[in-house]
Amino acid sequence: MDIGIKDAILAIVTTNKDAVEGGSVPVFYVNNREEMEHTALMIAKVTLAMIHDLDNDCFIIVKH
Amino acid sequence: MIDYAYIFIPSFVLGLASRLSMLRVDYRQYPSYPQATLSHITLGAIAASLGSLAVPAIAAKEYSAITFLSLAAQQFRDVRNLERQSLDNIEPTELVPRGTAYIEDIAKSFEARNYVAMITSVLVSIAIFISSKLRLDDIVSIVIGIFIGIISIVYLKNKIKRTFVGEIADVREAKIGFDGPLLTINGIVIMNVGFDDSREIFIEKGVAVEIIPKDENSLSTLANLGQRQAITHEAAIQLGIRKDVDEPDFTPMIRRNSRNGRLMLVIVALEPDIECLIEIVKNTLVLESSKRKPLSSKYGRKAAD
Repeated sequence: MDIGIKDAILAIVTTNKDAVEGGSVPVFYVNNREEMEHTALMIAKVTLAMIHDLDNDCFIIVKH
Repeated sequence: MIDYAYIFIPSFVLGLASRLSMLRVDYRQYPSYPQATLSHITLGAIAASLGSLAVPAIAAKEYSAITFLSLAAQQFRDVRNLERQSLDNIEPTELVPRGTAYIEDIAKSFEARNYVAMITSVLVSIAIFISSKLRLDDIVSIVIGIFIGIISIVYLKNKIKRTFVGEIADVREAKIGFDGPLLTINGIVIMNVGFDDSREIFIEKGVAVEIIPKDENSLSTLANLGQRQAITHEAAIQLGIRKDVDEPDFTPMIRRNSRNGRLMLVIVALEPDIECLIEIVKNTLVLESSKRKPLSSKYGRKAAD
């Protein structure tokens, strides 16, 4: 049986420390946009999930 | 029983012929070739032989033999379950799933085709039996039987013929664009694509069409999620999909413009050929289970005005 978390935010990658408050989801703080994309891609590949851009310097990783 | 061979053999042959004429091995690879095809031919032969035995059994006063027909009905319900189960089992292995509605439709059509084989056999044997009772020559009655058989094959095939998306909707090319991270087709937001490289691939390799329902019936038929999934599945297997399990960004998608019920399909294909995509969408089956006919109801018609 294939069980996993779907349609929920798996991780948040951001350069904007003010935008995200730590909580139930792992948050990765990075320094710039390039690093943000790289980190997000790495997480997305491992979790087989998709990167969504919230337009406020935050990426969320969601598995659908 | 051998006395009735002139009834049994032609009706069996025509019943089997009707099943064979409806057994197509094409790009869908369903039934898959050669094993599933063989089992379907065998089932068709069983259906035809059951159908062709009914009349000789009555004629020979073997009434208990007719109860076999009820056994046959049970048997073909199992065919449907069998098809459904096997397709359900392989569903998780599909990159773009068929969807349960499409599976149900395939299973249903396999069941119905066996019935067509059986009905053809029964009709042919009745025709031969009656004409021989009218003291016609055996050869003449067989010819009459074959004639009736061909008519029934054509009629029944026509009766269970399905419609295609192209008959109920217009399909046109649509424009892919991005509004920030949001993927849009003709201005309708489809999804949020966060990764820059993915967006570039969408612009470069993506193709999109707009499916415009022709009337209120097709509007509600096309809104069905099973129907939409069937369209994306067909598009993905025929165009070749540029996606792997770790690239959910490129999952083909259909979203509905909730203002006018038009569908937007976007797919990132290996061969981004828009003409082909339009033809593929037009040639997708309209699923029986998603068909809706609001225009057949009084209030549906009134509301549509």
